[in-house]
Amino acid sequence: MLDTLRTLMLTFLHAFQRRVTVQYPEEQPYLPPRYRGRIILSRDPDGEERCVSCNLCAVACPVDCISLQKAEQDGRWYPEYFRINFSRCIFCGFCEEACPTYAIQLTPDFEMSEYARPNLVYEKDDLLISGTGKYPDYSFWRVAGVPIPGKERGESAHERPPVDLHSLLP
Amino acid sequence: MTPLPLLSILLTPLIILALATLLTWVERRLLGLWQDRYGPNRVGPGGLFQAVADGIKLLFKQDWIPPFADRGVFVLAPVIGMMTVLMSFAVIPVTALSGIAGNLNVGLLFVLAMMGLGVYAVVLAGWASNSKYALLGGMRAAAQMISYEVFMGISLLGVVMTAGSFSLYDIVTAQTRMWFVIPQCVGLIVFLLAGIAETHRLPFDLPEGENELGAGFHTEYSGMKFGMFFIAEYAGIVLISALVTTLWLGGWQGPVLPGIVWFALKTGAVVVLFILLRAALPRLRYDQLMALGWKVLLPLSLLNVTATGTVLMLRSAG
Ligand code: SF4
Ligand code: SF4
Repeated sequence: MLDTLRTLMLTFLHAFQRRVTVQYPEEQPYLPPRYRGRIILSRDPDGEERCVSCNLCAVACPVDCISLQKAEQDGRWYPEYFRINFSRCIFCGFCEEACPTYAIQLTPDFEMSEYARPNLVYEKDDLLISGTGKYPDYSFWRVAGVPIPGKERGESAHERPPVDLHSLLP
Repeated sequence: MTPLPLLSILLTPLIILALATLLTWVERRLLGLWQDRYGPNRVGPGGLFQAVADGIKLLFKQDWIPPFADRGVFVLAPVIGMMTVLMSFAVIPVTALSGIAGNLNVGLLFVLAMMGLGVYAVVLAGWASNSKYALLGGMRAAAQMISYEVFMGISLLGVVMTAGSFSLYDIVTAQTRMWFVIPQCVGLIVFLLAGIAETHRLPFDLPEGENELGAGFHTEYSGMKFGMFFIAEYAGIVLISALVTTLWLGGWQGPVLPGIVWFALKTGAVVVLFILLRAALPRLRYDQLMALGWKVLLPLSLLNVTATGTVLMLRSAG
């Protein structure tokens, strides 16, 4: 009986406490930098696309919402198209973890409502940004030991010049 | 007596319906307040039109009668629920001048009778739906409401004995010197609890019990038929609050302000108490509910009647 009255009292006193609701559209909630929201494709510091069409993100994706096609140009791989179906994406971030080039990244933005469902399928144009995202310095092609125009074999970072197997010199 | 009986008869149901609709919004805002959130605050000033929006939504919902239900009774049940509550308001004396249907000399009995009929709404709804959960809800409602009705009546006896009349006007006038809340506080507590059970509100909302019975007796109802149960429940809260005001809190009487304002204020306070109970207390178990009713409240109300009778006899003798 007394407990009940005490409960009533305590509940009533909550009338004078601050409300915890964030009045969303007017009042924006704080999103930490590593918040898992809208996905982007970033570029390396030279301004080239980072994605190398390795398909690892598509494989890692638990809901299979990434679709891409490889294209090749001057020894470099690009995605010919890169599509993410955000009506299926669960924002798990597995794609970001799987990506060897830091190309695919999740950003602190969730305001992507649409009236028509097909509009939630983002093409490469919609995904690609002009900056480097969360990793400003990393460039896959500079560290990878693959020769590309302007970088011969052995010129990558941390790479020694190749050994000539046919030479008899020590 | 009322100056314009016909007009008031036409207007009153509308006002009560509007009040009950408003109350759905008030309740949600108050629950929000006590749970440190806002509740509906978007539609109109302070979310006031949320109730209207909900009403429109209910109107446009498909009004479906399940093929396995007993059609006639299924349709009749919400009507009974609505009617009985609205009828009860007829005898509530809102101000010294105007009640709604004037001064009935057995007003209190009339209200009790209407509440008794109100049980049928719930029981018939549960029965006619012809589905498990609805039936379980209906059975619970029958057991709960019938047992609580017993001492609801008995708890009123103390007031009636002290006032010496069944007429709600005479009961209010008898409280000119002292509100009955002081000599009859036991009766008030018992009546309040019985009133909660009667309107099946939390913590006594077992007939509905969302988490174990779906929605209890109105599981199969949709659209405006559900809306009628819903509104009847809120009108029921207003009714019980108005009765508490009339019988224990001195009705329209109070200094300075006009009678109708006092009546509205007191009724409003009791309504807020109802909502606070819902915000604070968890639902009882079914056996606890029955035990509380028969083992605590019934003896308590009987004791109250005995004590009141003794005091009255001693007073008239001495
Ligand atoms: S966040 Fe998860 S679900 Fe979304 S695209 Fe990446 S892996 Fe797939
Ligand atoms: S894992 Fe990275 S590099 Fe590979 S296809 Fe996906 S986004 Fe491109």
